[in-house]
Amino acid sequence: MTFPSATLLAQSALSGLFIGALYGLLGLGVSLSWGLLHVINLAHFGFAFLAAYLCYQLAGTGHVDPLLTLALIVPTFFALGVLVQWLLGRFRVTPLNSLLATFGLTAIIEAFIQWIWTADFRRLESSYAGEKIRVGALFVPVPELVTLVLALALSFMVYAVLRHTDWGKALRALAEDAPIASAFGVNAKASALLLSGVCAALAGVAGVCLAIGFTLTPAQMYAWVGVVFAAVMLGGLGSAIGPLVAGIVIGVSEALTAAVASPSWSPIVSFTLLILLLLLRPGKA
Amino acid sequence: MPWLGLPPFYASFLYLVLHWVVLATSWNLLCGYSGYFSFGHGAFFGAGVYTTATLAGTWDVPFLWTLPAAAAVAALLGVALGAVVFRVRRVRGELFALLTLAVTFVLATVIANTPIDGGPGVYLSAVPLPTLAPDPAGTFYLLALALATLTIALAYAIRRARLGLALFAIHDDEDAAEVMGVPTYRCKLAAFALSCGLAGAAGGVQALFVSYVTTGSVFNITVPLTVVLMSVLGGTRHWAGPALGALVITVLLYAFTAADQAIVGKAAVGAVLLAAILFVPDGLLGRLRPRKRPVAEVTADIVAVPHALPAGAPLLRVTGLRKSFRGVRALDGLDLVVHQGEILGIVGPNGSGKSTLINVVSGHYRADAGSIQFAGRELAHLPAHRIARGGIARTYQIPRPFAHLSVLDNVALTARFGEARLSREVAEAQGLRWLQFTGLAARAHVLPGELNLHQTKFLELARALASRPRLVLLDEVLSGLAPAEIDEAIALIRRIRDQGTTIILVEHLMRVMTTLPDRIVVIDQGRVLAQGSAREVMARGDVVTAYLGAAHA
Repeated sequence: MTFPSATLLAQSALSGLFIGALYGLLGLGVSLSWGLLHVINLAHFGFAFLAAYLCYQLAGTGHVDPLLTLALIVPTFFALGVLVQWLLGRFRVTPLNSLLATFGLTAIIEAFIQWIWTADFRRLESSYAGEKIRVGALFVPVPELVTLVLALALSFMVYAVLRHTDWGKALRALAEDAPIASAFGVNAKASALLLSGVCAALAGVAGVCLAIGFTLTPAQMYAWVGVVFAAVMLGGLGSAIGPLVAGIVIGVSEALTAAVASPSWSPIVSFTLLILLLLLRPGKA
Repeated sequence: MPWLGLPPFYASFLYLVLHWVVLATSWNLLCGYSGYFSFGHGAFFGAGVYTTATLAGTWDVPFLWTLPAAAAVAALLGVALGAVVFRVRRVRGELFALLTLAVTFVLATVIANTPIDGGPGVYLSAVPLPTLAPDPAGTFYLLALALATLTIALAYAIRRARLGLALFAIHDDEDAAEVMGVPTYRCKLAAFALSCGLAGAAGGVQALFVSYVTTGSVFNITVPLTVVLMSVLGGTRHWAGPALGALVITVLLYAFTAADQAIVGKAAVGAVLLAAILFVPDGLLGRLRPRKRPVAEVTADIVAVPHALPAGAPLLRVTGLRKSFRGVRALDGLDLVVHQGEILGIVGPNGSGKSTLINVVSGHYRADAGSIQFAGRELAHLPAHRIARGGIARTYQIPRPFAHLSVLDNVALTARFGEARLSREVAEAQGLRWLQFTGLAARAHVLPGELNLHQTKFLELARALASRPRLVLLDEVLSGLAPAEIDEAIALIRRIRDQGTTIILVEHLMRVMTTLPDRIVVIDQGRVLAQGSAREVMARGDVVTAYLGAAHA
């Protein structure tokens, strides 16, 4: 086994960075939902894929620029998120049961996608699907770059909101002790609905990134669950920047493992890291 | 069944149903009963699949011999994992679920990259199938039937045995269970081993049924999520719940697939799960509580406290006890002696370390330094359940009864796990006796949530006393009670002492502390400040300063 060249390693790390950004973007919504709402939202992946297919449909047949589809997707999924949270709140679903309920929802979404778009592989041929920017010896694919930029921007935006705005502080208070926060005037129900809408909107954005970078098939949504949950756990529940950093760490380590050893070994890195961190990190969630 | 002359299709269909019955019920043994939801059932199932695939496919071991091997490998894997993970206090709930999911993917990657599979999968079509029935479908059906019967029988047996009670207690409050005498680590490990072993055996049979295995088809998210779905739908606390859930889901899925509506079937399963979680969160069988038995006659006598020392002899000797919580020194070199048969009162301002003392002596926390000698044995570093077995019991300031166990079960638990290791019937009889002692006999079959504060505190008391402890630690048992209730409690405490149990009483109420205890100890900032009779101690200047602050001129 010859050790790969520096260029190959650098290119691998770069592609790991990009895939990690997508892990982080997907993980952002899951982390906020889990940490602040105490809802382990498996339907996040269903929503992301639904958004991806919607983007594919609009941009493909409608010949709209994929990023412009966000104008429709973000509000639609915001509404969907509000609806889901309303349901979960109405029935006072516990965190563990929310995992199961959202899994049921994901199965419904998957069936819906398969019914409309069938299980055939779908690839969005957008204007910049094949474009690359050359930086020195490395190639930077434009769709992946878009994903990275979106992931960074959204993560930092969410971080700023949580840290510096009143609503963000209210959310963090609610997550720690909802009855006391309510007693101090925070509208728990409205905040929860709003946050759930935001998380679903984030899933919508992630879906668009999926559409421009990947080939879609309904069953693929489950392939992301493990890795994204690893990123969420490593990054810390309720954190804004955490999933992005953890996602990138996982992506890069996976890519480097694939380059140095072999692609089939790459899952072992992220999951072993997750296991070790769960066992060894003191005072985690 | 196969001899009825029906087409092999029925045997195959029943095989499928029974296969899922085994997987769901085995998952429920640990996860449903104890609340440690694992998403790694697929890993142990897969371990069984690949054990059979390797033994039968590569090394030509006769198929039936590979099944116990598959079970053993899966069980060993489970024990190895559990031995590490169950020691880490923090990894519970969702964290345990994620860790087990991660293990599945790690195992899958290892198998895919080593000669066990290597990538292309393992073919088993050449493995001879033993002819237990006229046709192969019938053989698989019989194997699955045997496994399913075994699994359900085990689920029922565990439910009725001491292990089942332990797991249910762990589900409600693991730390309290440990302090009440349940060896939580061993119980979880035992349940986990059984659960994984059965999954492995099911995997072994499935390997030959599909006759071609790949890591992708075996180690995906389907098995873990489906068993959770089936168990939750059927009811995780009932021994037959997962089996019912498996039956319903398999039939439902099949009905749709057969009708050429697989997509609708998938959506239907999702909708069923969603509806189940929203409307029937306890599962279909979850509403089935054991029939309310009429309150039995109290027939048992109070069992004497074992190994009582002569009155006045030192029973508990605490020397130099230290416990810090990240910089806060809760106990800072505490020395204390408690004599057999006395009621020792412990008072002190808030934050002085009274509750920490009780927590450390009972084993809820581990001491940083110092020694705790109880009737000659050193307790300082024993796990809490051993301390409980040794004859120390406690109540909690904020009551922590096991919310899903009846009042009687709460009390019988300590009797079953106490020094005497009583059987179910004897323990329940003893439990009733103690409920009568504390005035709760009429509410024996009620859930703790239906009791008021006074009754819950007395439930805690009955639970602490049922194991016949030599020493009982009462942590602010009177707080929140009305004056009439307090008088009742004082009389009860005196009767407890008369029956041979030594008592440490932590309280704030001065009118109680001046009359009830034989001796008072004042604790301040983690150390003993004063000892003696109530009058002497309360008159001392430094005690008054500790409580009220320095006097201003």
